[in-house]
Amino acid sequence: MKTVTKNSTNKIVALMGDQAVAEAMRQIDPDVVAAYPITPQTEIVMNFAQFVADGKVNTEMIPVESEHSAMSACVGSAAAGARTMTATSANGLALMWEIVYIAASTRLPIVMPVVNRALSGPINIHCDHSDTMGARDAGWIQVFSENPQEAYENTIVAVRIAEHKDILLPVMVCQDGFITSHGVEGVEIFPDEAIKKFIGEYKIERSLLDVDKPVTYGPLDLQDYYFEHKRQQAQAMESALKNIPGVLKEFNKTFGTSHDLIEEYKMDDAEIAIVVLSSTAGTTKEVVDKLREKGVKAGLIKPIFFRPFPKERIVKALSGVKAAAVLDRSDSFGAEGGPLFTEIKSSLYETKNKPFLVGYIFGLGGRDIFPQDIEHVYNDLEAIKKTGKINNLVTYLGVRD
Amino acid sequence: MANIKQLSKIPERLTSGHRLCPGCGASIAARMVLMGTDKPVVVGAATGCLEVATTIYPYTAWNTPYIHNAFENVAATISGVETAYNALKKKGKINKEIKFVAFGGDGGSYDIGLQAMSGAFERGHNFVYICYNNEAYENTGIQRSGATPKGASTTTAPAGKISYGKPQLRKDLTSIVAAHNIPYVAQSCISHWNDLVTKSQKAFAVEGPAFINVLALCHRGWRYPQSDTIKIAKLAVETGYWPMIEVENGKWRFTYKPKTRKPVADFLKPQGRFKHLFKEENKSVLEEIQQDIDRQWNYLEKLVQATS
Repeated sequence: MKTVTKNSTNKIVALMGDQAVAEAMRQIDPDVVAAYPITPQTEIVMNFAQFVADGKVNTEMIPVESEHSAMSACVGSAAAGARTMTATSANGLALMWEIVYIAASTRLPIVMPVVNRALSGPINIHCDHSDTMGARDAGWIQVFSENPQEAYENTIVAVRIAEHKDILLPVMVCQDGFITSHGVEGVEIFPDEAIKKFIGEYKIERSLLDVDKPVTYGPLDLQDYYFEHKRQQAQAMESALKNIPGVLKEFNKTFGTSHDLIEEYKMDDAEIAIVVLSSTAGTTKEVVDKLREKGVKAGLIKPIFFRPFPKERIVKALSGVKAAAVLDRSDSFGAEGGPLFTEIKSSLYETKNKPFLVGYIFGLGGRDIFPQDIEHVYNDLEAIKKTGKINNLVTYLGVRD
Repeated sequence: MANIKQLSKIPERLTSGHRLCPGCGASIAARMVLMGTDKPVVVGAATGCLEVATTIYPYTAWNTPYIHNAFENVAATISGVETAYNALKKKGKINKEIKFVAFGGDGGSYDIGLQAMSGAFERGHNFVYICYNNEAYENTGIQRSGATPKGASTTTAPAGKISYGKPQLRKDLTSIVAAHNIPYVAQSCISHWNDLVTKSQKAFAVEGPAFINVLALCHRGWRYPQSDTIKIAKLAVETGYWPMIEVENGKWRFTYKPKTRKPVADFLKPQGRFKHLFKEENKSVLEEIQQDIDRQWNYLEKLVQATS
């Protein structure tokens, strides 16, 4: 998204992805943060707690006794009109599951950095996307970050998206556990004042603390209204897809960045393409460059937003491609491939001149994916392009059979 | 001490028209507790009878800000509200003094919500937690909970040919909460309005967490005529089945003590849930229950002495 410094006055600091997110949170200075430690998210809450201890933010922190209570406290805090954040990973997200749905259906603009980690069992602390992919139907906006810089910027953008009056939905800002969260990179930090100005003041429409106009949050909702309220949630997500580009444009204009719903890398004349989220997109870019040197017309599509799903943009990006592979860092047992694969396959259904499409499951539980693995996928795509034959619709990449 | 004339001037925060049963202890408890302060109050409710019967969309019986989130998390939810209030007050965005109260049933407090409640007490939020205790999961149809007394017949621990109902003792939640060393902990009962309102006033007045375990009867689950709620509640107090105690800054005391405790059988007998205990074969269970009550009473007497 951003390879060179746009503004020479900005600081470049060596930070891990977790620290970069904590830095974004320092600049956002939310009213309330309720969080619980879990690897590999812990450094976010630890670093932020130090900012609180040093008086660098005005935030009230709630050191809750579980993630379930973290999200529960966030719901109460956000309903009271406070700008509210939390952060989690894997089992922590799973424990707050019930309230994750309630936060979205109550239309509370909570921002939650999620450091992607494999869900138990067996227990594992390393990266895959099973945690947030499992929550894809919860009604949260989901944005995936490739590196610490993107994690930092996406956290800031998320505040404006969540609080947009025509959206009002919570946002998960995802980054890859350890690979990004604990990988140190130079991160360009924008000035505090510019961030403060960009995010602005948050004013809730109906606060629980407005004692003169008492409001009831969370009533029982039965057969006669529940369905309409769920429809409204679907409409909010449709509205998010329409309104997110405007927020990104404003961010780009202010900070000289190039945020978008998806990133296309060397796709203009690409005949074969890989679609993949987060840090693996960075590795894939290297492979694309190498293949391009050999004259292979390879490209990459990196969906940045997974919810709302930018269907039209992805379909358009794939329109000239002959063969494409979707790489999923999570499985959907019993389905035909991972969640990203099935989503893209379904998106292409109405399209004429569809590319051949195959899926790969990779990297579960933090299994490394190497450039040669990705090159192997491009080789498969070249073969499919030439022969018009798909041998394996879904392949498990880098696993011992 | 509460003055009934002054109390009558406090506007009803839980208004009429809700769908709780006639003779339901939960609404009596909620209304009395909310008379404990003349400051604005934000109410949190756990999933349960009080919640489902007071807020069926698009209606609400709450004439005060109200939030329901889920079953096990009312304490965590209200801790978020209270923290947001502190944050916004610090920034000058709110200047009113607002009180916070969480209502959970015994299921939402003794069992599924115990962790969230304990966490909120330990963190020291300035709020009142009310357990409206009807001694079973009444909302889902009278299932046993950690508050269900020994010998009671419920739908998940029913009395039968080889069972006398719940074989275990009820949990002593009030002592568990007192062990958190919060400023105010009490037990009260809906039959004693002065006791309950006075305790609520104290609970709202202290800085930090306060807890009241209120015996709030359910005639559906306890199986007695709905007109007898207060009568049976009084028997719970007069038999020592429900001791009226409070713990102020670690000091235990009885706020009411019957001159002579009636036999617990007087409280058990009018209730359908204990009917089987009066059969000859369950005589020993009845005796055990009396012994349990006596032992708990003695334990409390010793606590009062030890902390006085």
